[in-house]
Amino acid sequence: MLEIKNLHAAVDGKEILKGLDLTVKAGEVHAIMGPNGSGKSTLAYVLAGRAGYEVTEGSVAYDGKDLLEMSADERARDGVFLGFQYPVELPGVNGMTFLRTAANAVRRHRGLPELDGIDFLKLLRQKASLLEMDDSLLKRAVNVGFSGGEKKRNEIAQMAVLDPTLMVLDETDSGLDIDALKVVSKGINALRGPDKATVLVTHYQRLLSYVEPDFVHILARGKIVASGGKELALELERDGYVNYVPEAA
Amino acid sequence: MAATTETQQALKEIGGDYKHGFVTDIEMDVAPKGLNEDVVRMISAKKGEPEWLLDWRLEAFRKWGKEEEPEWAKVHYPAIDFQDIHYYAAPKKKDGPKSLDEVDPELLDTYAKLGIPIKEQEVLAGVMGSPNIAVDAVFDSVSVATTYKKKLEEMGIIFGSFSEAVKTHPELIRKYLGSVVPVSDNFYATLNSAVFSDGTFVYVPKGVRCPMELSTYFRINTKETGQFERTLIIADEGSYVSYLEGCTAPMRDENQLHAAVVELIALDNAEIKYSTVQNWYPGDKNGKGGIYNFVTKRGACRGVNSKISWTQVETGSAITWKYPSCILQGDNSQGEFYSVAITNNMQQADTGTKMIHIGKNTRSRIISKGISAGRGQNTYRGLVRVMAGAENARNYTQCDSLLMGDKCGAHTVPYIEVKNPSAQIEHEATTSKISEDQLFYCLQRGLTQEEAVSMIVNGFCKEVMQNLPMEFAVEAQKLLGISLEGSVG
Ligand SMILES: Nc1ncnc2c1ncn2[C@@H]1O[C@H](COP(=O)(O)OP(=O)(O)OP(=O)(O)O)[C@@H](O)[C@H]1O
Ligand SMILES: [Mg+2]
Repeated sequence: MLEIKNLHAAVDGKEILKGLDLTVKAGEVHAIMGPNGSGKSTLAYVLAGRAGYEVTEGSVAYDGKDLLEMSADERARDGVFLGFQYPVELPGVNGMTFLRTAANAVRRHRGLPELDGIDFLKLLRQKASLLEMDDSLLKRAVNVGFSGGEKKRNEIAQMAVLDPTLMVLDETDSGLDIDALKVVSKGINALRGPDKATVLVTHYQRLLSYVEPDFVHILARGKIVASGGKELALELERDGYVNYVPEAA
Repeated sequence: MAATTETQQALKEIGGDYKHGFVTDIEMDVAPKGLNEDVVRMISAKKGEPEWLLDWRLEAFRKWGKEEEPEWAKVHYPAIDFQDIHYYAAPKKKDGPKSLDEVDPELLDTYAKLGIPIKEQEVLAGVMGSPNIAVDAVFDSVSVATTYKKKLEEMGIIFGSFSEAVKTHPELIRKYLGSVVPVSDNFYATLNSAVFSDGTFVYVPKGVRCPMELSTYFRINTKETGQFERTLIIADEGSYVSYLEGCTAPMRDENQLHAAVVELIALDNAEIKYSTVQNWYPGDKNGKGGIYNFVTKRGACRGVNSKISWTQVETGSAITWKYPSCILQGDNSQGEFYSVAITNNMQQADTGTKMIHIGKNTRSRIISKGISAGRGQNTYRGLVRVMAGAENARNYTQCDSLLMGDKCGAHTVPYIEVKNPSAQIEHEATTSKISEDQLFYCLQRGLTQEEAVSMIVNGFCKEVMQNLPMEFAVEAQKLLGISLEGSVG
């Protein structure tokens, strides 16, 4: 599904990712943990194709395609979804309109008929009830005036509607209250499947007890420095990064 | 859409053969270039106007001769030679492009995006030999228009061409013409008063609520209104009317200078809503060939509790010089101005409003959204004046500018004059850029660059767009996106 080899990437001329390798197979959930500033969000942005994140070396294959050759919007339509660490406010842009435009862009790409307002609403209601979420947030301007937790929930709602193949969730659990964390986890789990893959960036083991990862990786100084099973997350929770990142001592 | 492209291709192929063999008819019904009293007399005579109207035109002409072209607006253009213009031409197509082949391909591209059929494209682009009818009428079948017209007549609403109204309702014209925009108001209005060609006249009788949006779409049997359009709308006591002007399809016109005058009059408890979508040809990427649009639009809230609301979406023209204003004479009267102005490439817009508070408890609201892209220059120029007698006047002004790229400019020039201490004036202004974050967020959800820009810009303009009548809103939204295509990334 996703094969990252020797990835080097720079922002504003500063190298942040320094030879990162990661392979994610269909059906798997990978958690990425690491100290602040280690390059987790940078990795997420590089995968999503954000302008200004320059890949200087290495390769990324997605579903057998050269991901780096694709533009950001092509990647999105082709099933790459990024749940933002800091979801962006779009003043005046109605959430329904936004999501319907996005959903139809994805549907066109998949050769599916576009949804009209009514069909879209049906789909939305169905997804929302699955996530035990009401759709009132979507009636407002995208993320404007949303609380931190509401923004994260909204990301998951969008994800559910867009039904992506590769889900990269950057600290979707940060800022969620205990109940919201359960709801969001349920949403993520509902979208898991044998043809899908998930990359969870997180700082906390708590999320991983709801969304069980197949692998846990530690990203430090722009590289994966250690990988293991879900027990690695428990170890980090207990000891911190001291065994992996000397300067954390 | 595919069919349209096919037809375009077919037309292109035929077009080549016609190019050279075309002979222009000698047009008899054209006044010689330049402006003098004889030309004014000729215009009036051709229209069979009454003596008083000729005198009115002549007075305007004499005043115009003494005036200077205004220079205070932040727009730059080569000097206009007013003696090098035909001030009268029979309503007949002149030197248009001979086929769509000769039309700016970008313009055609826009037509295709708006899904305009090829026949209509020819009319819009002014291709020679295309039907000589009001563009507006092309969009709807004549039968629909006739039905509407009949319904309006039953309610006593007069809606037709200005020239026609001069003949059928001279008393109304005589009473109200020039009563809001006097002959000597400004250089362009004075010029218009001397030589105006035609335009629209609307009268809504007492207590009548016009049941439909009056749109130039349905104004049939009016030929090309030309470059000096004159519009007069009167809402009698307790009446309501909503009027839509323009269309979203970019119009090409051989007349580079346009100087229209629009006068609105709202009597006691009457309300007029006037919406414009202006998308005239802005010229090519270098600004060549675009239209100069110098318009005077003003409404008088003459009666108590009257209300006038201007909504405009200005995306076209090379130069826009336009300040739809409200004179709030009646006590408790209200004026509103909602504006979106886009300047892209080499376009320049100097637009805004004037709210003149004269009556007691008068209120005004100004929401202006300026978007600059390319090398576009966008100026908001607004005046809020509270006269000594305007007890408890209130104004709220919000001017937001959005910049795309770093070669464009946005300027806000608010003038506030308050002569009554009870006035409450609020002014807010912001300038922002489309952020990289917002664009990326949209792209990451699968929107194309163009959809993303359109989405963000429409969000920015929402407060204005939501004031447009439904019929217009969807098209206008599309238009915003199209006008800004290629301006980011
Ligand atoms: N435009 C930039 N110019 C210079 N450095 C940058 C720029 N953007 C990000 N960085 C740096 O890149 C490093 C990695 O940032 P990134 O956001 O990927 O970290 P992160 O692992 O997601 O951290 P956190 O856990 O705090 O979210 C940081 O040191 C950050 O300061
Ligand atoms: Mg981060």
